[in-house]
Amino acid sequence: MARITMREAISKALWEEMERDERVFIMGEEVGVWGGTYAVTKGFYDRFGEKRVRDTPIAEAAIIGGAIGAALTGSRPIAELMTINFAFVAMDHIVNEAAKLHYMFAGQFKLPLVIRAVSGGGRQLGATHSQTPDAIFAHFPGLKVVSPGTPADAKGLLKSAIRSDDPVLFIENATLYQSKGEVPDDLDYLEPIGKSKIQREGDDVTIVAYSKMVPAALEAAKQLADEGIEAEVVDLRSLRPLDMDPVIASFKRTNRAVIAEEGWRSYGVGSEVSARIYELAFDYVDAPVKRVAQAEVPLPYNAKLEQLALPQTEDIYHAVKEVIYG
Amino acid sequence: MAELVTMPKLGFDMAEGTLVRWVKAESDTVEKGEVLAEIETDKATVEVESSYAGVVYRHLASEGTALPVNAPIAIIADKGEEPSDDDIDALLGGAGSQVPEKKTVQEERPSEAEGTQAEEMAEPIEEKATSTTPVGGVRSSPLARRMAEDHGIPLAELDGSGPRGRIVKQDIENYLESIDAESVAEGTEAGGKELQPMTAYTMGEVPEDEVIAMSRLRQAISRRMQDSNQNFPHFYLTRVYKTGALMKLRKELNQLLPDEDKLSVNDFILKATALALRQYPNLNASIEDESHIRRHGHVNIGVAVAVEGGLMTVVCKDADQKPLRLIAREVREMAGRARDRKVKPEDIEGSTFSVSNLGMFGIDEFAAIINPPEAGILAVSAVQNVPAVEDGELVIASRMKATLSADHRVTDGAEAAEFIAVLAEFLEEPMRLLI
Repeated sequence: MARITMREAISKALWEEMERDERVFIMGEEVGVWGGTYAVTKGFYDRFGEKRVRDTPIAEAAIIGGAIGAALTGSRPIAELMTINFAFVAMDHIVNEAAKLHYMFAGQFKLPLVIRAVSGGGRQLGATHSQTPDAIFAHFPGLKVVSPGTPADAKGLLKSAIRSDDPVLFIENATLYQSKGEVPDDLDYLEPIGKSKIQREGDDVTIVAYSKMVPAALEAAKQLADEGIEAEVVDLRSLRPLDMDPVIASFKRTNRAVIAEEGWRSYGVGSEVSARIYELAFDYVDAPVKRVAQAEVPLPYNAKLEQLALPQTEDIYHAVKEVIYG
Repeated sequence: MAELVTMPKLGFDMAEGTLVRWVKAESDTVEKGEVLAEIETDKATVEVESSYAGVVYRHLASEGTALPVNAPIAIIADKGEEPSDDDIDALLGGAGSQVPEKKTVQEERPSEAEGTQAEEMAEPIEEKATSTTPVGGVRSSPLARRMAEDHGIPLAELDGSGPRGRIVKQDIENYLESIDAESVAEGTEAGGKELQPMTAYTMGEVPEDEVIAMSRLRQAISRRMQDSNQNFPHFYLTRVYKTGALMKLRKELNQLLPDEDKLSVNDFILKATALALRQYPNLNASIEDESHIRRHGHVNIGVAVAVEGGLMTVVCKDADQKPLRLIAREVREMAGRARDRKVKPEDIEGSTFSVSNLGMFGIDEFAAIINPPEAGILAVSAVQNVPAVEDGELVIASRMKATLSADHRVTDGAEAAEFIAVLAEFLEEPMRLLI
C-alpha cells in the first residue's frame, strides 16, 4: 500500500498490465515519445517500444476504428482519447461497432478494448473541450462505462477493464489526477466493474456520486457531520452496468437522497438513478430526490463563471439540507 | 361564456362557509361535477363540485376566508377564453373592482410553446409552491403513507412538518411515540402493567395552560347547546326496557344478513322511536312561533355521531317507513362519512327528533340536550345483564335504560310517558318492528 496520486495509480495499472500480457498495447495522440498529454504514459515508450506505445495522427475515428480491428484480431488495445469531447468524432465506431460487434456476430468475436478518455471541466478549456458527456455513452447497451473517484479504484478498475473481454470506456477526470490516496501494490489488485461502493457510512441521507463528485461529496459529508448529519456516500464507479443495490439499501435506511454528477442534469446520471430509486424504493421515499449537476449552459470560459456553472461541494451540502428539510 | 361560482348553501341554516382549500388551482381545467374546492360549514367539510366545464379563470376567494352564502368564489371560463373586464363586471354585478388581480401564472408555469432558450436553460425542476394539496388526500411522503398503513394511523389526524405541511417519516415516528406514551399511561391506570417504582418518580414539567382555537364545528355545538339548555324548558323521563327479546331477535336476524347489513341495537331503537313518534305527533314537532306548533309530516331521526373534535347528527329520513336493514345501512354509511368529515348536505338536514346512544361506552344512564328546533331527544344507555325480578323470581335479565328529554313548550309529562310506553312495546316485543 502506498499513498500516490490518481495519475500514478493509472500509470501503474497500465504498466503492470503491459508487463503481465504482451498483447496489451497503447495507441493515441502523443502517448509515445511525449509521454501523454497528462503524462500518464511517461517512460512507457522507452520501456515497451514503438510497437506497443503507438503515436497516432490527430484522427480519433482512426484511433478507435484501428483499436477495434486490433481487438477483433487478438490484441488487447488501450486507445487513448485526449479528451472525451473528441469521442464525438469517433462516435460511429464506438456506438455501432464497439458496442455491437460481439452481439451482432453472435458472440464469435470478443472485443477486449479499453478506451481511456479524459472528461470534465474546470480548467478553462472552453465549452467544446470541457464537457462531461459520460451519460451519453452509458446509454448504449454493449459498452461498459467506468469512472473512478479515488486513486485505488482507478488502479483496480483499470486493471479489470484491461483484463475484460468486453469494450470498456474508462473515463478519467483531469482535475482528479493530482488527488492522492492509499493504493494497493498488489499486481493482481482488481476492483470489480459494475459494483457500486460505499465510500462513507451514514444514516441520515444518501449521497450518490461518481468520479469528481466523490471527493466533493465526501467533503460535503464532513461539513454536514459537524452539524450532526451523517451522510452515506455511494460511489457508482461504473455507469454501465449500474449497480443500484448499495444505493437502494442505503436509501431504505435514510429515505433521502442527493445525486451528484458533473454533467448536465437533463437526461443525466442523476435522472437515471433517481428514476430507479422511485421504481425500486417508492415506499421508502420521504422527500423528493434531489439532483446536483452542472448548470444547463455550454460551460463558460471565464474562470469565475466556469466554477459557478460547475457543481461544487457547497451545492451538495445545500441539496442535502433541502432533502432533509434541515 | 364565463360563469360565476358562488358559495353554496349546504344546509337550511347555513349562513356562511369557510373556503378551506382550493382543489383546482387557477388555470386548471375542470369538468362538470369535478371537485372544485372544499368548504367548511358549521357541520362539516364539504366538497363543492363544479357545475360548469372549462378552465378555472380566477379564484375570487383565498383559502381560509369565510364568505356568506352566494358570495362569488371563482370564475370559470371556456378553454382559451379571456373574459373582458366588462364580462367580469357583468358576472359580479358591478363588483369588478373588488376582484383581486389575476396572478401572473407565467412565472410558475412557463408554457413550452412560448419558452425562450433562456427559460429552457433555467434550473428546471424545483418543487413549486402551489396552493393545492393532492386531491382526495393529505400531503404525505410515500414512506409516511406506508408507515401509516402498517400502523393503522389515520394520516388526516397528523400535522406534517415537511414543506407545505407534507407528513414525513419523522411525523409518523413522533405520533407512534405519543401513542406508546399514551398506552403506557393507560396500562398503568388499568393496572395492566406494573407501576413505576416510586424511586423512579420525578415531578415532571407541568405544561403551561393552552388556549386553542375552536373549530367551526365546536363553535356551532357550543352555541346551539347553550341556547337549547338555557332557553328551552327540558324535562326528563327515564325508563328501563326489557331487551332480552330484542337481543335474541337481533342475533337471529344477523345470522341471515351479510356483514355490510348487520343490525346494531341502535338500528332497532331508531325504528322503534320512529314508529312511536308516528303515533305521538307532538313529539315530532317544532315551535313555529309563539302561537303555533309545526307537526312534521316526515319522521326523520337524527343520530348523534361522535367525530373528531365534536359530534354531528346524521339523519335517517322517514325511518318509520324504512325496513331495519335499510336503516342500518344508511346510518352506517352516513356515520362513516361524518367521521371522515365528508358528509353530504342531505346527510345532516331535516331531522325532526334525535337519538343519542352511549351504550357502546358502557354508560348506565344519561340525559341529552335537545337539538333545536326538535322537541325531544332519546338518550340511550348500554344493554346490560342485570339482576331483575320476573314473575316474583330474581333472575339475570337483559335491560337497557333510556331517557327522553322533551321540550315542555310542546309536550307534557303524561303525553311523553305514553310515548315511552309505546316505545317500550316496540322494543320489548321487537317482532312489531318487522311487520
